[in-house]
Amino acid sequence: MLDALQRLGQITLQFFQRLGRGNLFLLQTLASLPGTILRPGLVVKQMYSVGVLTLVIIVVSGLFVGMVMGLQGYNTLVDFGAEESLGVLVALSLVRELGPVVAALLFAGRAGSALSAEIGLMKATEQLSGMEMMAVDPVQRVIAPRFLAAFLSMPLLAAIFSAVGVYGGHLVGVGLLGVDDGAFWAQMQDKVDFHEDILNGVIKSIVFGFIAGWIALFEGYDAVPTAEGVSRATTQTVVHTALAVLGLDFVLTALMFGD
Amino acid sequence: MAEPVVQIRDLRFARGERMIFDGVDLDIRPGGVTAIMGPSGTGKTTLLKLIGGQLQPLSGSIRVHGEEVPGLARAALYRLRRRIGMLFQSGALLTDINVFDNVAYPIREHTGLPETLVRDLVLMKLEAVGLRGAAQLMPSELSGGMSRRVALARAIALDPDIVMYDEPFTGQDPISMGVLVKLIRELNNALGMTSVVVSHDVREATAIADYAYLLSDGKVVDHGTPDELWGSRSDWSQQFLNGQPDGPVAFHYPAPDFRDDLLGSGRC
Repeated sequence: MLDALQRLGQITLQFFQRLGRGNLFLLQTLASLPGTILRPGLVVKQMYSVGVLTLVIIVVSGLFVGMVMGLQGYNTLVDFGAEESLGVLVALSLVRELGPVVAALLFAGRAGSALSAEIGLMKATEQLSGMEMMAVDPVQRVIAPRFLAAFLSMPLLAAIFSAVGVYGGHLVGVGLLGVDDGAFWAQMQDKVDFHEDILNGVIKSIVFGFIAGWIALFEGYDAVPTAEGVSRATTQTVVHTALAVLGLDFVLTALMFGD
Repeated sequence: MAEPVVQIRDLRFARGERMIFDGVDLDIRPGGVTAIMGPSGTGKTTLLKLIGGQLQPLSGSIRVHGEEVPGLARAALYRLRRRIGMLFQSGALLTDINVFDNVAYPIREHTGLPETLVRDLVLMKLEAVGLRGAAQLMPSELSGGMSRRVALARAIALDPDIVMYDEPFTGQDPISMGVLVKLIRELNNALGMTSVVVSHDVREATAIADYAYLLSDGKVVDHGTPDELWGSRSDWSQQFLNGQPDGPVAFHYPAPDFRDDLLGSGRC
């Protein structure tokens, strides 16, 4: 009994210690951002590996998600004779929810895990220590550009996901199932509000980019510098990002559309 | 005698419950090669990290160039580190850039020199370690000995006053080892630096050192010139320097009675 209590106390303490380290790490990263902006070359390079290299999975997934929504939505709407609203259904689902959320989950799997592994291995091979001894701040030089790249890439990737998804829905709905082309676009244009829907979706993806970048980089930076530690950090990045994104999505949705 | 470049007094440092240093006093004189030797796990690398300000001691004083390292603010610490080069045991080269860019890295980060001058400096440093021809190779294409020489070129890129070598000879073949021994001594003399070599390779370290410290169980157990150490009457020094399996440092890790253990009445 005493052992179990001791263990519970230990786990709780470890959790809060880690949370504290994570917050300090975030503050340090944010404080390094002004210096990073002055060296855009570093950020552009990271945007390529974090953003551009994630494009393929985002585009392909977006297309299929849109196509599936086209099919499923049509089957439901056609019973009510409302198949011309397919465009609205696809666009709203994507822009409000699926775009930011699925793009963030894919981002964690593709770019987040890569970031954690890279930083974790840099730590394990003493590259970060080496930088410190060369009087180069690794947070400024390595972490901040990657964080900024993740933060900037995520809304763009979510937007591309949604756009391709709408095209996928159109492909199936109009091209395959015969929904009227004009009605598809006109209803979408009429019902999708810029502030209410698109802007809220963009805010979600910005928040998710912030969280995904923070978790991925912190997991790598805080990893135990061994093969097992890096592998654990990579896994935790994907799991923690997924949980954080889904949890935050509920909170944000409640705040944005709850009334 | 000249003022020491690094002066350590009553240094105490612990990892968790385990005391790594318990009252270490140590002076590193300018211009020479000082070897710090001791068995694996005595905290030799930790000592370098304490000197470089990467770790904070429990108590005691570490002065580098007269500045108290543990109390330094971040900016002052980074300023001090520009005068210190460190060769990590693994080399710690940045794996995503080539040899040339690795050596150029500290120069580009800390000086506003034009690229043509950076190029000349890098080639000079690489020439000094005999790897000018390898400038375009990636770190993954280098052997262990070559990596360490590139790291050495990078450590001296900014012409530091002090260079710290963490186990420079470990895992090297005899030729690489000979090259490194020669390089450390020659660079020290040619550039007028102060070198600190942490090692457990007794012969190589004593061959190039002007002065040596032997560390064990968190304390300095012996120090002196290599000749003085080889002639030391301390049993511990003789056991360590001559690599004897038993002596003051017991062959057996502390354990309960062997008989009890076999009969199953021991602790484990």
